[in-house]
Amino acid sequence: MSTATLSACPACSAAPSAQDIAARAAIRDVKLTLSLPTIHCSACISAVEQALNAHPGVNDARVNLTLKRAQVDAGSAVTADELVHTLAAIGYEAHELDPGSAAVTATDKAGRDLLMRLAVAGFASMNVMLLSVAVWSGAADATRDLFHWISAFITFPTIAFSAQPFFRNAWSALKVKRLNMDVPITLAILLALVTSLWETTLSGEHAYFDAALALTFFLLAGRYLDHRTRAIARSAAEELTALEVPRAWRVVDGEEIQTPVADLHIGDLIRVRPGARMPVDGEIIEGRSELDRSLLTGETLPVPAEPGTAVSAGEVNLTGPLLLRATAVGQDTSLHRMADLVAVAESGRSRYTSLADSAAKLYAPGVHILSALAFVGWYLYSWDLRTALNIAAAVLIITCPCALGLAVPAVTTAASGRLFKRGMLVKHETALERLASVDTVVFDKTGTLTAGRPLPLGLDRIDDASLSVALALAEGSAHPLSQSLTRALRDLAVPPAPVTDLTEMPGYGTQAQLNGQTVRLGRAGWAGPSQNGGTGAVLSIGEQVVEFTFADDLRPGAEQAVAALQAAGIHVALISGDRQAAVADLAARLKITDWTAEALPGDKSARIQALQDGGAKVLMVGDGLNDTAALTAADVSISPATALDAARVASDIVLLGGDLSPIPSALTTARAATRRIRENFRIATLYNIIAVPLAIAGLATPLIAALAMSTSSITVSLNALRLR
Amino acid sequence: MDVLVWLIPISLFLGAVGLIGFIYTVKSNQYDDPEGDSQRILSKEWDDHPKP
Repeated sequence: MSTATLSACPACSAAPSAQDIAARAAIRDVKLTLSLPTIHCSACISAVEQALNAHPGVNDARVNLTLKRAQVDAGSAVTADELVHTLAAIGYEAHELDPGSAAVTATDKAGRDLLMRLAVAGFASMNVMLLSVAVWSGAADATRDLFHWISAFITFPTIAFSAQPFFRNAWSALKVKRLNMDVPITLAILLALVTSLWETTLSGEHAYFDAALALTFFLLAGRYLDHRTRAIARSAAEELTALEVPRAWRVVDGEEIQTPVADLHIGDLIRVRPGARMPVDGEIIEGRSELDRSLLTGETLPVPAEPGTAVSAGEVNLTGPLLLRATAVGQDTSLHRMADLVAVAESGRSRYTSLADSAAKLYAPGVHILSALAFVGWYLYSWDLRTALNIAAAVLIITCPCALGLAVPAVTTAASGRLFKRGMLVKHETALERLASVDTVVFDKTGTLTAGRPLPLGLDRIDDASLSVALALAEGSAHPLSQSLTRALRDLAVPPAPVTDLTEMPGYGTQAQLNGQTVRLGRAGWAGPSQNGGTGAVLSIGEQVVEFTFADDLRPGAEQAVAALQAAGIHVALISGDRQAAVADLAARLKITDWTAEALPGDKSARIQALQDGGAKVLMVGDGLNDTAALTAADVSISPATALDAARVASDIVLLGGDLSPIPSALTTARAATRRIRENFRIATLYNIIAVPLAIAGLATPLIAALAMSTSSITVSLNALRLR
Repeated sequence: MDVLVWLIPISLFLGAVGLIGFIYTVKSNQYDDPEGDSQRILSKEWDDHPKP
C-alpha cells in the first residue's frame, strides 16, 4: 500500500509523518493552570498576559479574573516553575495547579443548568406579564380569555422546565417526611397553576400565571447567586488541594521509580530529596539531614535526622537526600490519624444554625398552616371550593419566601465577592454569620504570624572577617538558615572569603579550608561549642567561634492586622507550640499581652474551650497540624493558603495571599452582611404583615400579588447591594 | 383589536429571539469571567483590531 501511495503522489508519503508529528506535538503541548491570588484590575490582566505571552514557548495565555487564574497553552519545554518565576519578577504571586484535577478544567455544569432555567423563566414571565397588564387594565370577555389561554400555554412548559430544581428538592424532603423551603414554594407554584387553569376554563377573572412565573424567576435568581458563590469557593478550595504533591520516589533494586503516594506499601524503600515532604511515616535507613517539623508541631528550628530517626508524613526534608523504610502509609500515617480525629470532633460550624435556617424553620410550617386555615375558613363560610382554593393559592403566593430565597444569597454573594477580591476565600456558607459575632482572635505563631523564614539577628556585632567567611560557607548550602544568612550578608555587601574545598555535610553544616585552617558553619556541637543552647548556627575559624542567632520573620500584614483588631476592641491571644523565648519575643513585637508558649495541640483546643466557656466567640487563625483541633473547636477559623491540607479543610476561610492584613476588614464586612440579612428579614416580615391579611380576607387580586411580590423582592435585593 | 392577531405573535417571536440569543451566549462560555470582561473594556489592547 505504501508503494501505491508513493506512485500516486510522492509528497503524500511524507504527509502522514507530518501529521504524526503534529499529533505528538499536540500531546506534548501542555495546558498549565496558574492560580493568581493577587490580581484585581485591568492593568493586572494585561501585565500578566503580556508577561506570559512574551515567555518563550508560550502559545497563548488567558487570565480569568473571576476565578483569579490564568490558563496557559504552552510547548512541552515550558514548566510551571518558570512561569511562576516570570510572574514573580513582575510582582505577581502565582501557584501552579494540578491540571489533572477536574475542578481546574471542567466548566461549571450545574451553574449553566440553573442559568438556562433562569433565562427561560425570565423570558416567559416577561411575556406573560405583558399579557397580564392588558388584563389588569381592563381587557374583558373573549380578549381576557384569549390572553389567559396564551399565558397558560407559555406557563405550563416553562414551569415544567424551570421549576424542576424546586420540585426535586421538595420531593426528596417529603420522601424522608421532612419540610424544607422548597415544599411551600412547590405547593404555591402548583396550586397557582391549578386554580388559574380552572379559572381560565370557566372564563374567570383572576389567573395567577404571571405570579407563578415571577416567583420561579426570583427564586431561581437567588438559587443561581447562591450556587455561584459556592462554586467559586469550592473550585478554589480544590485548587489548593491540587497543590499537594501526590507522587513519591520508590527505590526498587537500586532504581528510583516515581510512584503515586496511594500505591506505597509498608516496608517500601522511599527516597526523599531535599525540599520534599515525607509521603509516609517511616524510619531513616540512609542519609543525614535536618527536618522541618513546623507544620506538625510549631517548632521553628530544624531537627537533625540520621539513620534510625523516625519521621512522620508531612515533615519537610531540608538538606540531604534520605532513604526511608515506610512503617505506616496512607490512612494509617500519624498525619491522617490526627486529621481524622479532627474530623470526628464536633466543630463550631455544626453547632451553628444559620439565620436563614432558623427563619425557614418558622416559615415553612407557618405558611402551610396559614393557607390551610384560609382554605378551610373560606370553604366553611361560603361552601365554594373554587373561592376557597383561589384564596389559599393567593396566600401561598403572597407569602413567597423571597427574602429568604433571594435576599440572603444576594447578601452572602456580595460579601463573599468582596472578601474574595481581598484574597479571602469563604469556604463555608455560615462562616460570615459566625465571623460577625467574633470578639476574641487567637493566633498561632509559626507559619501564621510569622512567615516561617528565619532572619539572622545582630549581624552588626560580628567582625567583617568572620562575616565574609560565613558568607562563603553559607553560599554552599541550601539549608534555610544558610540561605537566609546569605541573603542578609549580600544585602550588607559583605565580600565572600576565598575558601577552598567547600563541602556540605548533610545534617551538620558546611566545611572548607581557608589559609590552611579548617572553617565550619553549622550545628552547635559540630562546628563548635555554643553558649545559648544551640538554637542558631555556629561559625568556627580554627579556634575562634562566632554564633549566629535567628528569629522568625513576620508575615506581611501581621502587625497591621493585630493592631487593627486591638483597636477595634477585640481581644487578641497568641498560642504557640514553639519555645518560650521565641514566643515572648514575638508577642512583645506585636504588643500581644495574652500569650502561651510550648502548647501541645490539646492545650490549644482546651484554651479555646476555656475562652468559649467564658462567653467569648473565638476566631482561630492557624496553619499547622497542631492547630487543627483548635481550628475545629473555635467558632470560626481562618488558615493561610500555605497551611497543611488538614488545617485548610478544618478552617472556614482560607487566606489566598501571603498577607494577614485583610482579617480585620473581613470582620467588618461580615458584621455589615449579617446586619443586612437581619434588615431584610425585617422588611420581609413587615411586608407580610401588610399583605397576608389582605390575601386571607380575599381582597388580593393577581395585580396586588404581582406588585407586592416584586416590590418586596426588589427592595431586599437593593438593600443587599448596599453592602459596601 | 384585529391588530392583536399580529402583535401577540410578534411579541412572542421577539422574546424568543432574545431567549435564543441568551442560550447561545451561555453555550459559548461568555459568562465564565464576568469580572474580567468588565475590566478588559478598559484595556487599550486590541483597540485597533480584534485579537487574531
